[in-house]
Amino acid sequence: MMGFLADNTTQTETASAVLFYMCAAIVVGSAIWVASSRSIVRMALALLFTLVGVGGLYFCLNAEFLAAVQLVVYAGGTLILIVFGVMLTNPSTAKLYSPRRIEVVVATSIGLLLLASLVTAIVRSTLSGNGPETQSGSYAVGKLGEALLGDYLVPFEIISVLLLAVMIGAAYLAKARRKGEGN
Amino acid sequence: MAVGLEHYLIVAAVLFVCGIVTILLKRNAIGILIGVELVLNAANVNLVAFNRFSHGGTGDAIRLDGQVFALFVIVLAAAEAAVALSIFLNFYNNFATVDVERGDSLKG
Repeated sequence: MMGFLADNTTQTETASAVLFYMCAAIVVGSAIWVASSRSIVRMALALLFTLVGVGGLYFCLNAEFLAAVQLVVYAGGTLILIVFGVMLTNPSTAKLYSPRRIEVVVATSIGLLLLASLVTAIVRSTLSGNGPETQSGSYAVGKLGEALLGDYLVPFEIISVLLLAVMIGAAYLAKARRKGEGN
Repeated sequence: MAVGLEHYLIVAAVLFVCGIVTILLKRNAIGILIGVELVLNAANVNLVAFNRFSHGGTGDAIRLDGQVFALFVIVLAAAEAAVALSIFLNFYNNFATVDVERGDSLKG
């Protein structure tokens, strides 16, 4: 019985490690694609892969509900919004802007410096490597709901007001745009 | 082989740096918005990873503060994208471009 359990745990661990490395590769590769692409539509496509990969990372972290929210809200909502923005603002006559060489050098060196310092800090820190072993998060969604309607009730309600304000504001700005076009 | 906290933090660091480089390099306003989304996602990965590895627990001991924060960040990112795109539409209406270098009307 114990042997069977241990074997099962090892298998699960290996599977989750494989899933993690797959998602990490997708995230890192498509994030670099976002940073290096010049076409805005390709950037949006690469962002889709990044968001899906981050959703996979949430899944690896036992945050299944958050993974679903990531896919629905980010990949399904925000990304569509961005693509609509591209469609509405990108005239076919616009030429691709290619950054000057010095800009690329400066931005890349800033990025590499930042990455080196972050990775050094992470590797040298004494953060606990493994922490508590969480088994399946079958309680997780219920706990999340309890947290949202318990400890975090006030921010939860404020966010609903904020969403209303954003909806009105965005509608107002879009309406102003149409009026401007008529002039 | 076991995946620990550091692995997630390093992936998030790479994501963050890619977002910063995107913000620095793009002149298209929507490209900058995409860079901001990458940075927010990196922060979210950090939040969820810290939550998983410090407050994991089982059963009743489980705490999900990091996941709640990540949920709020996702909602705020969606709201921010909506408002930013409305502003970009107005900008495009006035300047016929989304090149951020052209928005220098307030420059003295």
